[in-house]
Amino acid sequence: MSPADLELDCREMLCPMPVIELARHVGDVAVGGTVAVVTRDAAARVDVPAWCRMRGHEYVGEDAADDGVPRHVVRRLA
Amino acid sequence: MSTTRAHLDAASSEPLHPAARETLLAALDHGWADPRRLHHEGRRARLLLDNAREAVAESLDVRPDEVTFTASGTEAVHRGLLGLHRGRGTSGGGTPTLVHSAVEHSAVLHAARWTGDPVREVPVTRTGRVTGEALSGVVDEVLRPAGGPTGRVTVAAVQHANHEVGTVHDVAGLADLLGDVPLFVDACASTGRLPLPRGWAAAAASAHKWGGPAGVGLLLVRKGARWRNPFPADDRVDERGTGFENVPAALAAAAALQAVVAERDTLGPAQAALVDRVRAVAATVPDVEVVGDPVDRLPHLVTFSCLYVDGEALVTELDRRGFGVASGSACTASTLRPSHVLAAMGVLTHGNVRLSLARDTDPGQVEELLRVLPEVVATLRGRVGL
Repeated sequence: MSPADLELDCREMLCPMPVIELARHVGDVAVGGTVAVVTRDAAARVDVPAWCRMRGHEYVGEDAADDGVPRHVVRRLA
Repeated sequence: MSTTRAHLDAASSEPLHPAARETLLAALDHGWADPRRLHHEGRRARLLLDNAREAVAESLDVRPDEVTFTASGTEAVHRGLLGLHRGRGTSGGGTPTLVHSAVEHSAVLHAARWTGDPVREVPVTRTGRVTGEALSGVVDEVLRPAGGPTGRVTVAAVQHANHEVGTVHDVAGLADLLGDVPLFVDACASTGRLPLPRGWAAAAASAHKWGGPAGVGLLLVRKGARWRNPFPADDRVDERGTGFENVPAALAAAAALQAVVAERDTLGPAQAALVDRVRAVAATVPDVEVVGDPVDRLPHLVTFSCLYVDGEALVTELDRRGFGVASGSACTASTLRPSHVLAAMGVLTHGNVRLSLARDTDPGQVEELLRVLPEVVATLRGRVGL
């Protein structure tokens, strides 16, 4: 599991809430910092990278949290 | 607000064409008998079935003996894809392998996996297009794998047009690249609306998507193609089909197809212009992404995704305001999985709306939808505090 400056627990959220949480909190890290979205929502695997593309951030990749839940890491670029 | 409902989901099902209704009602009285029987009533039903086959063949510019009526578009897909696979599956070396694009209809995906044989998926571009390079690349990987046993591609499946985003493929060009590998073409989304392309060994279509009745599919098998029945045989009129023929429905489907092909040159450009307008206006709503190829696309269909909007809420709110639309968002699917088409394209899957125009869609209702869309999107975003 790669370190992140901020981790968002979106385990029980359904789409589009994980992406909304990401949008709300990406500003909480400095430019160049990372935010991890932890969620079981299957749509996040597509929607987090798509959100990065639309918003001009970098999708770092997917790994898993300690409990095995998918974790999507984003780097704030702007 | 609209006073009458707008059915903007013709890609799921087009209302019955008036020509189909008229034909269906007449054929119910004359086409009920067993078309295999030699008595008067049977011969009359057989004549209607043969007429339906000839009308379909003429509309699609194929041979009548290449046309089989099936019980659905899905059945036609199954028989087309699996019949080509079986036709190639038992001869030659290498592991029989099916190849299909990542944006095929789920009928193709399920049928391919049902075989138990290896299946390889061809990735698509952001607009949902299978490039010749990507297709050739996957075929080459099967033939010359980096590790493991050598494979043999029994069939490659590439749809004519995508049912969710409308992108149209250069089927003939891809077929040329495939050479000896037979191409299965799911033409369910495009039949009647666009001319059938060349290059397929087998193809499938679905009558209720062009204004024919539900329960009629078309399986097309090119003369000389190596196709073998993948399911138990039946001793019916057509050796590629099974079960008692629904003669009245087949005839109605053929009548609708003839009618929509005759109307296509005027209706298609009018629908395409209206879709162009939807694409342009939807793109001006903040954080709305219009997806699919802007030019090489179905005339009647447009898809866009609204960032931070729940697809189910969007469909429900538009429905409340009188607009019936479809969505590829996960929350609108029984599986709670997002559309595999949108996922393969790498575009936003939530807040997704697909509009598809029927032949009698009132452009004024589409304008009304465009008028309310920004407000609907803003309202739904407001509910989650954005």
